[in-house]
Amino acid sequence: MHTRQKWNRVKEFFIEWLIRICGISAIIFVFGIFFFVFKEGAGFMFTKWDPVQFFTSIEWYPTSVSNKRYGILAIIAGSASVTFFAMLIAIPFSLGAAVFISEFCGPKWKEVLKVIIEFLAAIPSVVWGFIGLMIMNPLIIKIFNAPIGLNVLNGGIILALMSIPIIVSISEDALKAVPDSYREAAVALGVTKWQMIYRVLIPAAKNGLLAGGLLGVGRSIGETMAVLLATGHAVQIPNGPLDSVRTLTATIAAELGETEQGADHWQVLFIIGIFLFSITFVINLIAYLVVKGIRIQAGES
Amino acid sequence: MNKHIKLPKALALATFAGVMAVFMTGCGSQSTNDGAQGEAGDDQIMIQNAGSDTMVNLAQAWAEHYATVNPKVSIEVSGGGSGTGIAALINGTTDIANCSRAMKDAEKKKAKDASGKDPKEHIMGFDALAVYVHKDCPLDEISLEQLAEIYGENGTITKWSQLGITIPGCDSDEIIRVSRQSSSGTFAYFREAVLGKTRDYKLGSRDMHGSKEVVELVQTTPCAIGYSGMGYATPEVKMLKIAKSAGETAYAPSVENTIAKTYPIARPLFIYSLGEPEGALKEYIDWCFGPEGQKIVADSGYVTLSN
Repeated sequence: MHTRQKWNRVKEFFIEWLIRICGISAIIFVFGIFFFVFKEGAGFMFTKWDPVQFFTSIEWYPTSVSNKRYGILAIIAGSASVTFFAMLIAIPFSLGAAVFISEFCGPKWKEVLKVIIEFLAAIPSVVWGFIGLMIMNPLIIKIFNAPIGLNVLNGGIILALMSIPIIVSISEDALKAVPDSYREAAVALGVTKWQMIYRVLIPAAKNGLLAGGLLGVGRSIGETMAVLLATGHAVQIPNGPLDSVRTLTATIAAELGETEQGADHWQVLFIIGIFLFSITFVINLIAYLVVKGIRIQAGES
Repeated sequence: MNKHIKLPKALALATFAGVMAVFMTGCGSQSTNDGAQGEAGDDQIMIQNAGSDTMVNLAQAWAEHYATVNPKVSIEVSGGGSGTGIAALINGTTDIANCSRAMKDAEKKKAKDASGKDPKEHIMGFDALAVYVHKDCPLDEISLEQLAEIYGENGTITKWSQLGITIPGCDSDEIIRVSRQSSSGTFAYFREAVLGKTRDYKLGSRDMHGSKEVVELVQTTPCAIGYSGMGYATPEVKMLKIAKSAGETAYAPSVENTIAKTYPIARPLFIYSLGEPEGALKEYIDWCFGPEGQKIVADSGYVTLSN
């Protein structure tokens, strides 16, 4: 009897510590990655870096023989425009899909639709890029009479299709979490189904829907392979959705292989990495604060 | 839903065992291979070959033919651009680097500092850099100055009508410049030969990742103009004749014009090794210089050394 109790206590101790380490490991990995990226770019950052030129100049000439310039404004505009366009397409679609699955579907269709949407997430991003390059390119040229089909529109559509599974998943969970009593109360008051969804359910599921949307944004900003192939990889500020652009992620992916370790170009690419990391961090922080703010508001009212 | 379908424990265990068995066979065959090689004393020699996208098809053809000549040596070919190949040579991750441009002095110094050996240059053949347009484009020839004004920073030519033509299917009249990524030797060579050493490219060109991708984009885009090796031509694109300056005779990119040195933008194709190549590497490079290797150069669309 005594040995059994002792053995249980030891087991408890070890399992608790194992789980604790797993939990903390996430923090360790995030800090580890941040320090690694920071260390690689730090040399250039504290000596020859000109932050004004970096963030306000559109001239990106890292391999110039005569005049090296490191300005990423056009590339930031590229990332921002493609993400914005992707969210413009993805969020209404995802919301609609989530509402449909959660409110209008029978149980059999619900499972089928959820599985099919998950398939969208399983497609490798390089295949998405290939679809953008080979299928959407001539299609966009024909439909919009554009000079070239590799542009913000192409990248935006591809990114939207990639983010939809994530946003639908989370939004559908958020809608499912709204208690049935809300729905019953609304119906008892005599509203139509659409009024119930629009005025009761969506405001009640605000937290989850916002979290899903921001996760989609995070996914779109970080996507590399698909935008590398589908956006035309051109350093310029787009004048409209039919212009080619280049994203921050594609720049790093395309140019890191050519530089020697420790060269200026290498370090500048890592500074871009730090910048991307910070953007994602800020987005997640905003998401957390907004969700917390909504909660406080809800708590007070 | 409260109804759970309980998988019988035996079935679960059987599936798990099956998955493990699949993994084990994978690991197993790996180790027996290594074991056999170690015991027999026969090493499978591996030569890493990285660099130019212009030369990647050629390098792959060489590697495949050489495997039939000498099965003990396997050549691993990868692209990434001449700059990537040179960086790999400096970092020590490749044995030979393919380059469609010459190594700069600064790069040679870095390679010497990193490895103690001077990089040795081998010229394998010549390539004419062709300027491609869509097959419906009525333009037949262009001068180097016009190309510089199209592609160069602060260049003045941005519309096809400035060159005096309209392309059916290109309503916006915009010249879509297709270029290469900045690690490409083709990118660097075009900059030096056409734009001049101190001029940079105009921003906003579509920077593709391989020689083939440039041609594919020009093929599907009536408004486009792009540059790539002449070996990548397809029936859907047209190669422009190039004149050194306006008014002079324009020459087409062909083997004859490259040999005669009348085509203005032809460049040598290089292979760089660290120091004099020895052993299996020397045999491979000598084979590439030999009649079989040079025949493959000609078949790939390039100009051989003997000319």
